[in-house]
Amino acid sequence: MTTLIAPPRPAVPGPAAPARARLGAFTAESTFIGRSFRHSVRDVEALLMAIMLPTMLMLMFTFIFGNAIDPSGGYVDYVVPGIILLCAGFGASSTAISVSRDMTTGIIDRFRTMPVRSGAVLTGHVVASLARNLVATGVVIVVALLVGFRPDATVLGWLAAFGLVALYILTITYLFAAIGLAASSPEAASGFGFILLFLPYVSSAFVPVETMPEWLQWVAEYQPITPIIETIRGFLMDTPVDDTVWWALGWCLAILLVAIVWGGLLFRRKAGRR
Amino acid sequence: MSVAIDTHGLRKRFGSTEVLAGLDLSVPAGSVFALLGPNGAGKTTTINILTTLVKPDAGVARVAGFDVAASPEEVKGRIALTGQSAAVDEVLTGTENLVMMGRLSGLGRQAARDRADELLERFALTDAAHRRLGTYSGGMRRRLDLALSLVVDVPILFLDEPTTGLDTRSRQELWNVIRSLTEAGTTVFLTTQYLEEADQLADRIAVLDRGRVAAEGTADELKARIGGDVVELRNADGALLLELPTDGSVHGLRAAIDRLDHSPASAAEGTQVSIRRPSLDDVFLAITAGAEASAPELIESK
Repeated sequence: MTTLIAPPRPAVPGPAAPARARLGAFTAESTFIGRSFRHSVRDVEALLMAIMLPTMLMLMFTFIFGNAIDPSGGYVDYVVPGIILLCAGFGASSTAISVSRDMTTGIIDRFRTMPVRSGAVLTGHVVASLARNLVATGVVIVVALLVGFRPDATVLGWLAAFGLVALYILTITYLFAAIGLAASSPEAASGFGFILLFLPYVSSAFVPVETMPEWLQWVAEYQPITPIIETIRGFLMDTPVDDTVWWALGWCLAILLVAIVWGGLLFRRKAGRR
Repeated sequence: MSVAIDTHGLRKRFGSTEVLAGLDLSVPAGSVFALLGPNGAGKTTTINILTTLVKPDAGVARVAGFDVAASPEEVKGRIALTGQSAAVDEVLTGTENLVMMGRLSGLGRQAARDRADELLERFALTDAAHRRLGTYSGGMRRRLDLALSLVVDVPILFLDEPTTGLDTRSRQELWNVIRSLTEAGTTVFLTTQYLEEADQLADRIAVLDRGRVAAEGTADELKARIGGDVVELRNADGALLLELPTDGSVHGLRAAIDRLDHSPASAAEGTQVSIRRPSLDDVFLAITAGAEASAPELIESK
């Protein structure tokens, strides 16, 4: 017999080369970002919401409330930054649900038993949220322009406004990611996140702070959303922003830092070696 | 024969519950090893320690020649885990799940895609390749879950209760896949609640009881310890009257029937006799009851 028999594979690799090759610098990150993008695009309900919500809000605030608040018709110029932030908050809140789902369904354990930085899963969700919400912001601006928004921003002003909106989205996304890590289930994550979505209403987003009752004025004046709104409004309408820009940046960076540290601790507790 | 997995004095406590109380295991490379035990015996904790998910409180575990505590990254590069809850991405398709896992295991784009097609074919999932996992049946999901562990040829595969919740047909299919793996030289470490599963697949079985190995050996050795088939006597309503373990020989069976003749219960109207294979309960009762259980003995029920 001259039958060729394939030599049997060595049964015991022992301390031989690992079966899983070492990954390139950003392979895990880009793989997880691709995954989260697919999730975003396939969640039709959330995607529709991300486009419908800004459109509806824009129309509602301009045509229903707008004239009552400012009969001169200039309300649309006032309300755009508020709607951008409201939509960004709404769009980012699904990050909490995605993160919580990954942590509770067991898929995180599969990644943890591979030589992969498992925290890259979170990076994927954050980057996808950033992209999703920048698109939503674009929708807000386009709809706003269609219904009469006439910004006076310089090119630099547009860039600055865009930068601050992006920073805000990043901040609130990280915060929602941390909430997703803290929550015991995706449903709980969704519930916690809801509270955060009300913050823009108690700010100068929709009506000037001076029109609120005195005790609420204090809250509205000093909560983080107000300086962010005022700064974006200043950039877009080309009015002076003074030191509110520093308050806006300070709040964003401080909250971002807290969210990253808190999220890091939670991730280590839940996805570290117990 | 070299050793793929060995542990010495592994201990783990969660709060006031001692889950592992000094576990010693040794798994030869290229074999199928089954950890058998009821819920709460410490099976999943053992797997979690061996796959670097959980740190032991005390003891040493070596997997593929590396200490899991000292070199977890080296261990991770050489193992794959299919856990109890299907660790699949529900939103992605079968192909996308496999390609993602391939990329995370260091395969290039094209190589990951080719490997995905190959595995889908092998697990009879080609038709469902472009469907989202959310639409898969339980059996298909388990098959894909197992396929995800095979995107690269790891030397050691961990399967935590791989067939729990599957119908008989899917279970048989999965068993065939696991058998084919050992032909390729993969070491398989699986946990199960089913004696039959261990019997069908495993070269060696360890019975886990309260965080310790209560007995270890081949399926035949374990069966010999508890005797062979069990003769059951049930009344007309199907309630169990008597259980007589036998040693599996014709002589042992005849002896058991003889004892039935002397039992008043067998005289009643409608009483039925049957013979069944030992269940995990029987193995358990016998092994945890100690030496006296190794001799066939009358177990009076109620």
